[in-house]
Amino acid sequence: MLTAILRVQPTAGDRSIRARQVLVALVVLLVAVALGSMAVGASGVSLGAVLGRLIAGQELALHERVVLMDIRLPRMVMGVMVGAALAVSGAVMQGLFRNPLADPGIVGVGAGAGLGAVLAIVLGSLLPASLAALSGPHLVPIAAFLGGWGTTLVLYRVSTRQGRTSVATMLLAGIALGALAGALTGLMVYIADDQQLRDLTFWGLGSLAGASWARIAAAGPIIVLALLAAPALARALNAFTLGEAAAAHLGIAVQRMKNIAILTVAAATGAAVAVSGGIGFIGIVVPHLLRLAIGPDHRFLLPASALLGATLLLLADMIARVIVAPAELPIGIVTAVLGAPVFLWILLRRRGLVDM
Amino acid sequence: MLNATNITVELGRKRILHGVDFTAGPGEITAIVGHNGSGKTTLLRAMTGEIACGGQITLDGDDLRTLPPAALAARRAVLAQATTLAFPFTVHEVVRLGLTGQSALLPGAETLPERALHRVGLEGFGGRFFQELSGGEQQRVQLARVLVQVWQPVVDDRARWLFLDEPVASLDIGHQLQVMRLAAEFANAGGGVVAVMHDLNLTAMFARSVTLMAGGQVLAAGPVAQVFTSATLSAAYDCDLRVSTPPPGGGVFVLPQAVA
Repeated sequence: MLTAILRVQPTAGDRSIRARQVLVALVVLLVAVALGSMAVGASGVSLGAVLGRLIAGQELALHERVVLMDIRLPRMVMGVMVGAALAVSGAVMQGLFRNPLADPGIVGVGAGAGLGAVLAIVLGSLLPASLAALSGPHLVPIAAFLGGWGTTLVLYRVSTRQGRTSVATMLLAGIALGALAGALTGLMVYIADDQQLRDLTFWGLGSLAGASWARIAAAGPIIVLALLAAPALARALNAFTLGEAAAAHLGIAVQRMKNIAILTVAAATGAAVAVSGGIGFIGIVVPHLLRLAIGPDHRFLLPASALLGATLLLLADMIARVIVAPAELPIGIVTAVLGAPVFLWILLRRRGLVDM
Repeated sequence: MLNATNITVELGRKRILHGVDFTAGPGEITAIVGHNGSGKTTLLRAMTGEIACGGQITLDGDDLRTLPPAALAARRAVLAQATTLAFPFTVHEVVRLGLTGQSALLPGAETLPERALHRVGLEGFGGRFFQELSGGEQQRVQLARVLVQVWQPVVDDRARWLFLDEPVASLDIGHQLQVMRLAAEFANAGGGVVAVMHDLNLTAMFARSVTLMAGGQVLAAGPVAQVFTSATLSAAYDCDLRVSTPPPGGGVFVLPQAVA
């Protein structure tokens, strides 16, 4: 591995050495940003001072332990998970659809998950008291996850005929499903009361503010499973670049790999939306930037997307927490303000290649 | 041995192939020729598993439709008419996609993409972006990828196969000859080659067997000299064609201007 990294003269057009170097750099960057995010916050607890006291063997004050272990650490962990999930599901979806602009947000998976969450927020109070007590704080995440899952299943039934999925039908069906989910969401907003509207607005803008160990326990396993499944898709997604027929000729079990890719995307997106609301642009900007840096080979693109997605989301969260401290901005606003111009810039610069 | 019997293909309500029989053996190039819309590409797609069809297809005795994709990919590679790429891969990265299964286990496998590019006359193109190449160059890059996939024409005493769909359609005459010579090399080394062809002269030069199709049926099949007769070709292409033989006793050639 080390000799491969240090080899000076790579084969022309072989970007795998650069990709490995970038992966190493991204790991270092993520660790640094993760530590940084632990040090930033409204309470003014200093990570350096706390670490110094820990090393010196002194007890931590209660408020310090609460701030670090129950507020900042779960928030950092959730930021890493959500950022990685959003970026990887974007990269997988783009590979599956052979379109660098495809994104779970576009095929309605995000909208479906959002509808589930909104239904739970608005209609949750209608549930019998016993059931409401049982589901408690998990109601919104569970409903969001089910919404994303259901959308993906309907999408798949609509666009698959005789065991073959038409990418064009799937994209168009996704737009229709997204519009339907949007309309139903609008209906829910229309009948919501004032308190529910506040909840809806904050959730819809996206935030890591609700991070807790309980939420991580609920969404974490799904996200980790999806992230572990992704590398198995790398070779298939590379072959899909040539078209489905050529991928089959290269020995890819096309239908099975498509199913796995769809499930991976639904799981990662549903879980991420459930715990953090609508955080946009990570899934589209991160794979784009990485394709510029290391090329589109999914063997490297998928892990690099996970790392850079986590890093960018943590950075955006730090900005969201600091810029109007002690209050905080919904992170979705930060990612959109940072991400949308980058996305447009990429579009303009790479228009020739994107069009193909 | 590739055997297809009674192949039928329907697209929507229209029947494209009406019970086509096709046979190809290893060690030679078998061409499929015919007028536009005669069903030659459809036949090739049916035999590569790209489209559903009725009938029987066996490759060395194994039913093609029950072989799993990976096992099939180890025994045959397919070159399409044209390939568009969704993402900006370099030429090296495209050719490297062919490095699967048995090819990936060969000693020096990592150098195969470079060697394949050399064989198709594109040495030094590895670092270029595929999407920035001309159509003819792109087609030769794809040929290099296909060659990497079945680098050894014979493995364990069993022939491997190349399916080529109009491999020279977008090439100039020099590169047409180069690509056909590569296919002939593969066949001479024991591999099997099935090629859909438009150019009857190139077919006559390189193919030993030919299947002539018209209207979704086989009009004639067999050695080139038997199939390529003035009467048969004129009927197949619905125009006057005359087959001639060059003075030094070489193969046949096709010359429209020879018609009086």
